[in-house]
Amino acid sequence: MVAATPQLLARLAALVVGGVVVQTAAISQLPVAGANADLSPLLVMAIGLLCGALAGACFGFGVGLFVDVALLQTLGVSSLVLVAVGYGAGRIREARDPEGTLVPIAVGATATLAFSIGFAVMQFLLGVEAPVSGALVRQVITTLVLNTLLALPLYVLVRRWLLPALPDDPRRRRRRAYTTGGLSPLSRT
Amino acid sequence: MYDKTVRRRRAVLGLLVACSLILLTAYFGESAGGALHGVQRGASEVLNPVQDGASRALKPVRDLFGWFGDTLEAKGDVEDLRAERNSLRRELLAEEGARVEADRLRKMLELDSALDLERYEPVTGRVIAQSPTVWYATIRVNKGSDDGVRRGQPVINEEALIGEVTEVFSGAAQVTLITDTTSKVTARTSRRGSFGVVEPASAGNPTDLILNFAPSSVNLDEGERVVTRGTVTDTDRLQSLFPAGLPVGEITRIENAGTDTQEVHLRPFANMRNLDVVQILTRPGAGT
Repeated sequence: MVAATPQLLARLAALVVGGVVVQTAAISQLPVAGANADLSPLLVMAIGLLCGALAGACFGFGVGLFVDVALLQTLGVSSLVLVAVGYGAGRIREARDPEGTLVPIAVGATATLAFSIGFAVMQFLLGVEAPVSGALVRQVITTLVLNTLLALPLYVLVRRWLLPALPDDPRRRRRRAYTTGGLSPLSRT
Repeated sequence: MYDKTVRRRRAVLGLLVACSLILLTAYFGESAGGALHGVQRGASEVLNPVQDGASRALKPVRDLFGWFGDTLEAKGDVEDLRAERNSLRRELLAEEGARVEADRLRKMLELDSALDLERYEPVTGRVIAQSPTVWYATIRVNKGSDDGVRRGQPVINEEALIGEVTEVFSGAAQVTLITDTTSKVTARTSRRGSFGVVEPASAGNPTDLILNFAPSSVNLDEGERVVTRGTVTDTDRLQSLFPAGLPVGEITRIENAGTDTQEVHLRPFANMRNLDVVQILTRPGAGT
């Protein structure tokens, strides 16, 4: 778990605002094959992987709340789903401490799929009567593909943005563990 | 130590989930004038200038993206454009963006004069934000109550009706598109004059609408145009939000024609995935 310093909190807050504004003002208006990328689950995934489950869940709640407020959507829906996404991504880091370039891509794709399915379930629970169409499924799949392509560059950007405020960067931690004989960050607890 | 960390993590997770559920329940249960809706509107009021600024700042990025899309479609232009120097390419990008915008505005003026929309006092605005999820077909435009925009006013683009204003701020307005699952538009077919209600055929499909409640006894044809009905009554109470005659879409197919389960499918004239400049008709009742 990463200690929440004021600098880290400020950078996370800026990431929430910047991410949501860029999403609504630009990314949402760039349709590719009838759908668009959705940065929210990718941002939450990146924070979960970099900072752990607690930070991931809190960041997911913040992003979801901000998205719902900014777009006049039903409050709490995005928060609820993104809390789960952030917590899940954080737990992957804490339990497995995965290394490798493909990890953000795989976790990003999973996060997007979980977010899409979770959001759809919530909409049906809230009483959307419209039937599910092939077009909806196509859009979800297109978003999944776009997000998978964006997962790695976005993860790198987020990591670079948070690096000055991250006391426990995964790469440095691993390097330290190997040189000092530690097997895993869990061994320190 | 480990147990304490796990307990703390789970407690925070439970707290966040509980907060989300409380927000969700309270928001869903209250009326549109409730406290949470008020907070949301207040926050949006603050965010609108930020979104407007970001939308303007990021327009070159969108234009660049659109340019790539156009280039892929017009393969013949690719070779010429590749030969352009970088400075000329930037210039071309700016010109391309201006041309598309001018083309849109010209079409909008043509639609205005063809349908005599000037009497509805249209206010032209630009899309500054769009919902990223397929479950909400909404956009935000940079015109609000300061420009005479009110809730319920119809919104068109250069092609046809696209939706109605559902929330107004001082400098911006939220528009719910006719492809949103909550949208309903009273309409009639242009040739047969058959009445019905246009609704989205399914969630997340911006190219398929349904004309519900159209009488099965009337033979409708594929390709027939559908326009807003613009209900007029002696009292003001039941008047339609939309003036009569605004183009909506055209019939693409009719399932179970002539039966009680008849489904008339339409394709909207407006491309809902590519909205940039729109007009809000601020006096929709002026034509009656």
